[in-house]
Amino acid sequence: MDFLRPTTLAEALAAKAERPDLVPIAGGTDVMVELNFDHRRPPGLLDLTGIAELARWSADGDVLRVGAAVPYARIVQDLGDRLPGLAMASRTVGSPQIRNRGTVGGNLGSASPAGDTHPVLIAGDAVVEVASARGARSIPADEFYLGVKRSALEPDELITAVRLAAATGPQQFAKVGTRNAMVIAVCSFAVSLHPERLRVGAAVGSAAPTPRRASAAEEFLSAELTSAGLWESREPLPDSVQRRFGELVAEAASPIDDVRGSAAYRRHALAVLARRSLGWAWREHSGGGNERCA
Amino acid sequence: MSQPVRTPTDLTSAVAGGVGESPQRPDGNLKVRGEFAYSSDLWHEDMIWGATLRSPHPHARITGVDLTEALKVPGVHAVLTHADVPGANACGVEQRDQPVLAVDVVRYQGEPVALVGADHPETARRAMERIVVDYEVLEPVVDAEAAARGECAPLHASGNVVRHVPVRRGDQSATAEVVVTGRYEVGMQDQAFLGPESGLAVPAEDGGVDLYVATQWLHVDQDQVASALGLPLEKVRLALSGVGGAFGGREDLSMQVHACMLALHTRKPVKMVYNREESFYGHVHRHPAVLHYEHGADRDGKLVYVRAKIYLDGGAYASSTAAVVANAATLGIGPYDVDNVTVDCWGVYTNNPPCGAMRGFGAVQAGFAYESQMDRLAGVLGLDPVEVRLRNAVREGSTMPTGQVIDSAAPVAELLELVRDRPLPAATGGELDLRQMPGGVSNTTHGEGVVRGVGYAVGIKNICFSEGHDDYSTARVRLEVVGGEAAALVQTAACEVGQGLVTVVQQIVRTELGVQRVSVLPMDTSIGNAGSSSASRQTYVTGGAVKSACAAVRARVLELYSRQTGTGPAEVGRLGAELRGGKLVSSHDVLADLADVLGGDAVDETAEWRHRPTEPIDPETGQGNAHVQFGFAAHRAVVDVDVELGLVKVVALDCAQDVGRALNPQAVLGQIQGGSAQGLGLAVMEEIRTKDGKVRNPSFTDYLIPTVLDVPPMGVDVLERADPHAPYGLRGVGEPPTISSTPAIVAAIRAATGLPLTRVPVRPEHITGT
Repeated sequence: MDFLRPTTLAEALAAKAERPDLVPIAGGTDVMVELNFDHRRPPGLLDLTGIAELARWSADGDVLRVGAAVPYARIVQDLGDRLPGLAMASRTVGSPQIRNRGTVGGNLGSASPAGDTHPVLIAGDAVVEVASARGARSIPADEFYLGVKRSALEPDELITAVRLAAATGPQQFAKVGTRNAMVIAVCSFAVSLHPERLRVGAAVGSAAPTPRRASAAEEFLSAELTSAGLWESREPLPDSVQRRFGELVAEAASPIDDVRGSAAYRRHALAVLARRSLGWAWREHSGGGNERCA
Repeated sequence: MSQPVRTPTDLTSAVAGGVGESPQRPDGNLKVRGEFAYSSDLWHEDMIWGATLRSPHPHARITGVDLTEALKVPGVHAVLTHADVPGANACGVEQRDQPVLAVDVVRYQGEPVALVGADHPETARRAMERIVVDYEVLEPVVDAEAAARGECAPLHASGNVVRHVPVRRGDQSATAEVVVTGRYEVGMQDQAFLGPESGLAVPAEDGGVDLYVATQWLHVDQDQVASALGLPLEKVRLALSGVGGAFGGREDLSMQVHACMLALHTRKPVKMVYNREESFYGHVHRHPAVLHYEHGADRDGKLVYVRAKIYLDGGAYASSTAAVVANAATLGIGPYDVDNVTVDCWGVYTNNPPCGAMRGFGAVQAGFAYESQMDRLAGVLGLDPVEVRLRNAVREGSTMPTGQVIDSAAPVAELLELVRDRPLPAATGGELDLRQMPGGVSNTTHGEGVVRGVGYAVGIKNICFSEGHDDYSTARVRLEVVGGEAAALVQTAACEVGQGLVTVVQQIVRTELGVQRVSVLPMDTSIGNAGSSSASRQTYVTGGAVKSACAAVRARVLELYSRQTGTGPAEVGRLGAELRGGKLVSSHDVLADLADVLGGDAVDETAEWRHRPTEPIDPETGQGNAHVQFGFAAHRAVVDVDVELGLVKVVALDCAQDVGRALNPQAVLGQIQGGSAQGLGLAVMEEIRTKDGKVRNPSFTDYLIPTVLDVPPMGVDVLERADPHAPYGLRGVGEPPTISSTPAIVAAIRAATGLPLTRVPVRPEHITGT
């Protein structure tokens, strides 16, 4: 197996153009597990950890650009205030050691339906920046995932960054796992309130072949909030609205029965997670204090 | 003999402190710093790597094996099959019913079929993929109850019942005013040790082999390896390497014979290390069980009778199923005094993964069922769950269903009262801390849906080997002057598996011989059998042997003194001479300096020590004094359940246990905490899930074990009611807390949810009903 360690993005893209079968590796928290379990034997690895620009984040006005190789621990530490949803999801990834290594770029590259950051990226209308020797392009997060561990990334492309707007309203992320830490999602849910656009973002993870936007739930809630003037009045959400939102989120999923949980449980749990996390987000919007914590 | 590097010699460095103290263990800092050398770290110049080709099918006939392409892979030194097993192609810890390499049939997914030795693990894997095995896939037998009833095609010549143990006491048709029945299930738990199966086999010039390996019982391995290799015992030498956890899972062979076969065939040192997935196929698991119980009681909650049928799924090979069956049967009604008992327990062959020893060993499965029944009885009678247990608890002098009278402390009632009377933890509240919530840091609740529950359980475990087994250990103690100071050396073949035995044996020597300097020789087969590091027995039996060897050394020292001073042996005896603080002392006087008495002589004694004998049980009635000693522990669990999501946070898990005498109080605490945590795992998450005989979750991604956020702080009460039959009065510690932890937690979840919950582990969908 070949091991390439370019120090510039241009070199990496040239290598990938020449050898599209190279598997990119950053933190290695997915790739190395696959290699160790002998599930995958790529002809070569393209190590991205030598490329400084991929490991940086920057702010351009209200838009944050998070390099593909920025580890979860840095997102939690540096961006918790501006990207609270992404930080909350990052906080639930693996153990401290894994969070020091694993990256959002890797989460996207693996495109596992259970990846923790995916629902947040969709709910926050993130854009995935990809590049190849042919040029760069931007892919909206909800168009990035094509199937189980399949994405819109072309064989000669590398993920370079995700771009998403700093939060303008409360964000929440919740996932169910059958242990209280270090657990893969049985199902997960992210919600973002965008008061300036009078929009709600909502997405589910680990409950369909891909992470998925809960469009009907978004439409329903955005309409309810707008028509009742709740964005401005910040009055408590009717219980019926929260419940309906939960139901619509559950309906957005097409889960399966597997060793981690049943389809019926996943649907049920998504409805509960959606209802609860909307409640927390709305309480924060209503000035009821920060619903985020350790 | 050439020596491999990275052997765990660090373990044998000295610790301070005698019996009753808690000296720091020699491996503690090394393990925390990641510097401890485990068996997977072994290395040898010129070594090659072994790999195992395993069956993908739970049940199939092998119709052909073609090695041609595998042998062509550059770097491959050998490809071996059953035809290359030099001796008997049979192994097994109790019955040799398992082939070293499959011949014409495979009986479980993961059964070894062929071996490859190659210059690199990757080369070995690639060659392995080029071995062509033709299988005719057969219908797997997966239903243990049907197998017990004889309804399935026999998987072995003897049929599918490995063992049936009936226990009959009193009136077999007794009736009672109040009757509760239940059917319970226990899932297949794994030992989940972190150090995978691994070792290094080095061919020796005498035609034999030296095997460095992580195991629980060197001599039982040696026996099986020698038999499979067709070598006399003395040509198969085993040395213990660094063990990364055991819990019963290293009592059966894994790579031992395979590595030795490759080493003898290639004349090269051979290293084998399973990866995590392979490890799930490479060792036995805890027997999954189906248990049918009926309890009859009077209106006051006093038990009149207990009837039970217990089915244990032993999987493809016997392993230690027969002994597990005896435990589940003889301990099947728990630590309760009941005049009329009818228990039947079956252990059967199926095509599920082989099951054998795991901490608690049959007592865990029964414990979940009988404690669930006690709660049911309390519920029907409107009694407090502790009260109904107190009214039936055994005490010293009580008779077990086997007719055996408990002849040392059995403070079951006191243990229950201790956990009951501990203050309850405060309600979760105040500033939100997700780490305290069900679902933990995954942010699933900020208090919504959370209901608290409290549950109790108590359990019983036999300590040491039972049923007439010749259970003994061997210890050698040498005392001599080193650098002007009397120093002792202790040697046994008892496996340090992380439980702290090397610390305890040093404490015993220090106490018995009154010397500070004690070192421990590496554990290997150059000394006699120590028995297994299992059944909570090693401190009892090997501790007993070390104590006994020390007594022999002391007697020799007194002889020396007698000869040197002309004091007659009778006079020395009258003085009550003892060894203390490096001196020979009488009850009121220093007689001599130990170094002076020893002079240039070394006193070297080896002792074989047995606990008092036990009896086989009657095959028709289960009657007999089968057990050496009983251990008891009780738990109170407090849980917060998110009843909408079915997620559980165990808030408190307090334990009370009688340990007879705590030789090392800190190690005792560690055993109680660890055993409780393993029971917690079985209660809420740990299960190997199978479908049609195939394992669905052979990884730590999907076989979950508790993290620090799942295991709560534990209040522990340790009672020390000395057992007059045991060395220092000690009582085996390792297993009892595993038994009562699980049912206490499930009882607490029932209290929070009102659900019957008859299966462990409890999964979220069992609580939400979805």
